[in-house]
Amino acid sequence: MAYDPIEKNPEIARRANMADYARARAEFSWDAARKQIDGFPGGRLNIAHEAIDRHARSGHGAQVALRWISKSGQRQDFTYQDLSRQTNRFANVLKGKGIGRGDKVFALLGRVPELYIAALGTLKTGAVFCPLFSAFGPEPIRSRMEIGGAHAVVTSGRLYKRKLKSLRADLPDLQTVFLTDGQDPGTETLPSLMAQAAEDFDTVPMAAEDPALLHFTSGTTGTPKGVVHVHEAVVAHHVTGQYALDLKPGDVYWCTADPGWVTGTSYGIIAPLTNRVTMIVDEAEFDVTRWYETLAGEAVNVWYTAPTAIRMLMKAGAGAAQAQAFPALRFMASVGEPLNPEAVIWGNDTFGMPFHDNWWQTETGGIMIANFASMDVRPGSMGRPMPGIEAGILEIRDGSVRELTDPMAMGELALRPGWPSMMRGYLHEAARYRKCFRDGWYLSGDLAMRDAEGYFWFVGRSKDLIKSAGHLIGPFEVESALMSHPAVAEVGVIGVPDETAGEIVKAYVALKPGHTPSEDLRLEMLGHARKHLGPAVAPKEILFRQNLPKTRSGKIMRRLLKARELGLPEGDISTLESDEA
Amino acid sequence: MTHADAETALREELHRIAPDIDVAQIDADADLREEFDIDSMDFLTLVTALSKRLEIEMPDADYPRMQSFNALVLYLAGKSGQ
Repeated sequence: MAYDPIEKNPEIARRANMADYARARAEFSWDAARKQIDGFPGGRLNIAHEAIDRHARSGHGAQVALRWISKSGQRQDFTYQDLSRQTNRFANVLKGKGIGRGDKVFALLGRVPELYIAALGTLKTGAVFCPLFSAFGPEPIRSRMEIGGAHAVVTSGRLYKRKLKSLRADLPDLQTVFLTDGQDPGTETLPSLMAQAAEDFDTVPMAAEDPALLHFTSGTTGTPKGVVHVHEAVVAHHVTGQYALDLKPGDVYWCTADPGWVTGTSYGIIAPLTNRVTMIVDEAEFDVTRWYETLAGEAVNVWYTAPTAIRMLMKAGAGAAQAQAFPALRFMASVGEPLNPEAVIWGNDTFGMPFHDNWWQTETGGIMIANFASMDVRPGSMGRPMPGIEAGILEIRDGSVRELTDPMAMGELALRPGWPSMMRGYLHEAARYRKCFRDGWYLSGDLAMRDAEGYFWFVGRSKDLIKSAGHLIGPFEVESALMSHPAVAEVGVIGVPDETAGEIVKAYVALKPGHTPSEDLRLEMLGHARKHLGPAVAPKEILFRQNLPKTRSGKIMRRLLKARELGLPEGDISTLESDEA
Repeated sequence: MTHADAETALREELHRIAPDIDVAQIDADADLREEFDIDSMDFLTLVTALSKRLEIEMPDADYPRMQSFNALVLYLAGKSGQ
């Protein structure tokens, strides 16, 4: 069914950073946007300078940049001045170990202050920062560090012992391991190095096109892709933060995403700091009461969260929200997967304002399509393109590309490249990168429609990728881990709909001769997958099958597994050679 | 329900979600999600399974009392004694 648009009060629209969408689009240029950042002489720049030092040096050093809430609920504040000094110390620690320009520094940490300090300190040295999600198991960690060529990693004593220590022999490039707590042979103790390091550091001026960030994303086949972003991306982080999140200097802002994923870096570290807000960082995982208390108690002005969390709040009922008041709240946004219209409306009923869904990808580095503060919200739509971004719906047939301009025509969502935070490559995979472009378009891999007023509507993914709790998961990575179990003959992994998580990972397994399906074996396989992949990637459901549907070439037909799971038409099965039983 | 019954129920339900974790190896007073490597979705699955199995209500507001293995056992034992 269609939902009525949620109209904006003209007064609210007028106060938004972008009060008039059409005008902003007409007047926008990336060259003008570049003038909003400081930069260094000679056209050079550094993300970390824009995020911290320029504020610390322009009279805002005493403003809280990061308020950290520990699991136990204790608060610790870091001003812009504190962050400036701490990141300088970290940069000096790296320098002391011979790490600098172009080297890859990884982080495997929960949401602790050291993560934010390491990210920005790394950028100051000209090294490339790569965050890993701490709920990854050893296998996703190994493959990402291997592809990335990690020179150093910052992690905790606990995560090191559980996930990294056993991989050291496989990672010859990894010379330095910094532990944020505890000690272990072959590692460096970060707190004592930080204490000894000097508080001054000259941030390295970088060229606009120098790599700054490496984010991994999943592919349908093969290994994860290392997405490279450059220092100039900060221009897009900054203006999208202003336009799509309506960030204003001095705001209290809470991005609930983990920096292990691109949202948690672009909008959980960089954009909020370049826009000089006070960021709330909560170490703890999702919890209904705690989240409402944080929103109210910290007087959050702008909140950027995800559909899974919103749906969990909805499930908890209105009573939990009614226990608190949110007079400070001004803008709420959501990303990770399309936000269902019911959730947008629930936001409006509960908080007096809708959630503003937006769309972007690891590859685009920043928000591309959004429901903006001054614009009416069409529940279920991802919104309209950012000023400076041209989006289209393409029909791709037999290698030829045609833009579809009829309202609600369905095709592949594509963008005209050229914005500063666009990826500059998949690390070591030039061919895979080239395949993303056709006739001057970047192909997103998502299917969408555009209505007559230019709002975009998500339809589905054109590939087999799974989106669970906002995390993109490649079926191949999960299948590979299950294949390494001695009883497994073949496996097909798909995403199945889940009311809360969007999708959950489900594996269909056929056993080798001599093995019989049993509950014990199922649990053993689940444990095996969790041990290798970690809870964020491992399947939540495993089902035994005698045989899986395959093509003549032996490729498992995930599409068919999914159609059957959902009770949908099976489509073209002319290539089906061997069917499931 | 006795303390031992609560512990058995918790052990069994945790084993169904995180079979790779040996209960004997964990710190029963430390953060449950961290010790068992379970995410928010797993935690919800656990709460749903326990509340169904023991026929008790486990509202969101009580989650702060379920932060460690031992705390959760105490919570469950107290809950069904009501």
